[in-house]
Formats: sequence, structure tokens, C-alpha cells
Amino acid sequence: MGRQTPLFKLHQELGARMVDFGGWDMPVQYSSQIGEHHAVRRAAGVFDVSHMCVVDLTGARVRAFLEHLIANDVGKLRVRGKALYSCLLDEQGGVLDDLIVYFLSESWFRLVVNAGTRDKDLAWIRRHAAAFGVEVSERADLAMLAVQGPQARAKAAQLLQPAHASAALALGTFVGCELGHWFVARTGYTGEDGFEIMMPARDAEPAWRSLNALGVASCGLGARDTLRLEAGMNLYGHDMDESTHPYESGLAWTVALEPRTRAFIGRAPLEAIVARGSPRKLVGLLLEDRGVLRSHQKVVVPGVGEGEITSGTFAPTLERSIALARVPAATADKVQVDIRGKLLQARVVKPPFVRNGKSLIS
Amino acid sequence: MSNVPADLKYTKSHEWVRTLADGSVEIGITDHAQHALGDLVFVEVPDAGRAVKAGEACAVVESVKAASDVYAPLTGQVTAGNAKLTAEPETINTQPYGEGWLMRLKPAAGALAAAELLSPADYQKLLDAEGG
Repeated sequence: MGRQTPLFKLHQELGARMVDFGGWDMPVQYSSQIGEHHAVRRAAGVFDVSHMCVVDLTGARVRAFLEHLIANDVGKLRVRGKALYSCLLDEQGGVLDDLIVYFLSESWFRLVVNAGTRDKDLAWIRRHAAAFGVEVSERADLAMLAVQGPQARAKAAQLLQPAHASAALALGTFVGCELGHWFVARTGYTGEDGFEIMMPARDAEPAWRSLNALGVASCGLGARDTLRLEAGMNLYGHDMDESTHPYESGLAWTVALEPRTRAFIGRAPLEAIVARGSPRKLVGLLLEDRGVLRSHQKVVVPGVGEGEITSGTFAPTLERSIALARVPAATADKVQVDIRGKLLQARVVKPPFVRNGKSLIS
Repeated sequence: MSNVPADLKYTKSHEWVRTLADGSVEIGITDHAQHALGDLVFVEVPDAGRAVKAGEACAVVESVKAASDVYAPLTGQVTAGNAKLTAEPETINTQPYGEGWLMRLKPAAGALAAAELLSPADYQKLLDAEGG
């Protein structure tokens, strides 16, 4: 038996199929995974993401600490509530985790890290925080719901009192704010508009039921995975991990080498990689033959070399199979994928595949 | 609760077998299997004429979540693969024992008698034991 979120009993009551995810008992689907996927693309769905680990960092030197700790630059965070996506790197430039950091005040930043890397991350963060006098507090008291889809914000705002609802609806993308005991952020992992809402654990079940009553579909981790892959978003442990660096993981855009004076962990090995060029890159694949791309399938690039699929699935919005794959840097626009001994044709495309309900594939 | 029709035979790996009037057999995956797999999105069935041995992987069913092999319940020669499933794999979810059949086989001599097939009652016991 794994760890349970405050919504565990409700998931069971709603008939969810539960699976282990990073040591947590989580709902993978309630009815149809494809149905849940379409609900998010076309209307609104709610996900329990309470397994994710919320960490508050407080102290006078918290900004300086984060400038050292993460590969993206918190110097970009000047507006209160603004969020930034970043990698947490080790000394070799390997990816320990990916995270979101929120700027709440000059003495308070909030991180959201992955469930499966919780213990490793907390130990790493605490180890480096000491020198900056930064206090590290895990917020296990909070539940988190992701409400996603074109109707998500309007539906979720109905859970809030009028003044809070207008504040929530006024949030720009990738910005959050505290509204009473809730923290509402316009973020997500689906390629759709929506909110991620952190709230006291006791509020989670009534909030979920209210969303259901407003027509927001209960959605499991299965749909979350097909949605994030269509949106071209990486999944830690699949598309990157400690053995890979951001430049071969499609995450160059998250590494801030400027300003050059910022001495973040992993900087030196990344500079060396940039100087000589990464021999591998992460690309999107669209299968042109029939079949389903899956992680660990071999990618053959004729005349160039071989690579591997890191995430693959059937994409319900496109009704075709898509993947992320790590391939040689010289890979052009066509590859082959070995599926059960047969070489099938796939086209190299730039993720995302789908954004705001629309296919970006020509 | 999974549906286990009384007029079929079953395998431990969740295939069903129906004996047809001409002595050939029709094969598919059970209601329990389709439910466990979830929404099916791709099916690969064998071509007519292919010889298969009992226990040999001879078809693939893929849901959004995973790919799964289908094993020949008995030795014989494939007389038909269900072409309808190429365009409409979800037929297996909606009609696992009907339009969602996977293949038809002409059993080799004695193969039907030799096959280790389960009665509906024994298959139900297997599902109960698996918690399904």
C-alpha cells in the first residue's frame, strides 16, 4: 500500500482504478482514459495532484539561494506570484528533477517538485540551503487540484467568493496568488488553460465534488500523461533524469547561462556541453505507419545512428501515435522505429503536438 | 463484474474460444481482458494462412496504456483475421465476444482436444482469484 492523498476515499467512491505512482496510490482513470482526455481538450477536467511535493523556502537570502540552486534564473521573477519552470541539476549537470518555483515575496518562494523524487530533492535542497540560512518546509498539509481545459478557469472561479473569483480570473499565464487559504495559479501540465490550486487538505473533497457538480470531469493520471505528451512536456524519470542533461532533453530553454556571473550548481559542465555541442537531442516523433510508439523502443536514423523513445503513446486528439525520442544531434526529418522487430516510418516534428485544443501537426 | 458467457471456452491468459459449425474456432479476448487494458487503439491480427502453435503470440492488442500479446489457445492454421479491427479497435471494448473477435483458426488434428481450455465456471474462478 502506498501513500494516500486526502482524496483517496473519494477516488474509490468514484470508481477510479488505482495504481502506484512514485509510491502513491493514485487514480489512473475513472471511466475512459480517452474520454477524460477529450473532456480536458474540449471542456474541463480535474486532476488530483496532491502527491506532488510543495516546499516553502523562507529567509532573507532565499533569492540568492535559488540563484545558486536551480538552472533557470529567478532573476526573471520580479512580479509577485510569477512562476518559473526550471531543472534542479547535480554537480555534473545531470537533471535531479524539474520543478516550478513561485515568487511570493523577497523572503518566501515556493517550489513544487515531483512526488517520486521527493526524498532526494528535500535532502538536496536542505543540504544547500543551510549556507544561505534558508528554512525548508514541506507543505504536506496542502492538497493540490489541477483544473484544466478551455472552461476550467470559469468553472473553478465559481468555487471562490466573488472578490477572489475576479482576482483569480485576472491572473496572467504562469502567475499565482493567495486567495484566503488557497493558492491559485494559472499553470498546468496539459497544454490547456486552467488553474492549479493548492488548498488545505480538508477543502479538497468538497472542492472536487463542487467541480463535478459544475460539469468538470474527474480525470486520472492516464489522461494526464497523454495530455502532457501532446503538449510536448517532459516527464521526469522518462524524458530526463540524472544520467541526462538539459541540452539533450529539450530543456535548453530552461537553462539561463546569462548573467554569466551567476554560479548555479551544474553550470561548468553545461558550459562545456554548449561549447562542444550536445551529441544528442530530444525530438518529437509522429508515427506515419500504423502502431503505437512506446518508451524504450529503438529509433534508427539511417546513415546517422540510433536513438531511443523516452515517452510514447497514442494521441487521442490527433488519433495518431506520437513520442519524444532522444536521437543523435544530426538527425533530420525522417527516422524509423523498431516496433516488435518491424521498422516503421516516423517523422521528426517540433513539440508541442497540440496546444489549446488544436493540432499543431501539418 | 466481468461477463463470462456460458457457451465459450477460455484460457488462463484471458482469450476466449468459440467452436463454429464448420469445426473451426473463433478467438478473442475476454471482457475482463478488455476492461483491464482500457481503451483499445491498435490491433494487429494474423493473416489468413499463417500456421500457429498453441501458446504462440499471434496477435497484438494495444490500449492507450500498454501493448499486450494475444496467444493462440490451440495449434492450427489461421483462416481469417478480423479486418474490421484495423479501423475500429474499440470494437473489442464494446463487443469483446461478438464483432470484436480477433481471428478464426482451423485446428490441427486433435488440437482442440489437446488444448488446455477452461470451462466458464473455471475461468470465473480464475477471475475471482485474481480479484477481478
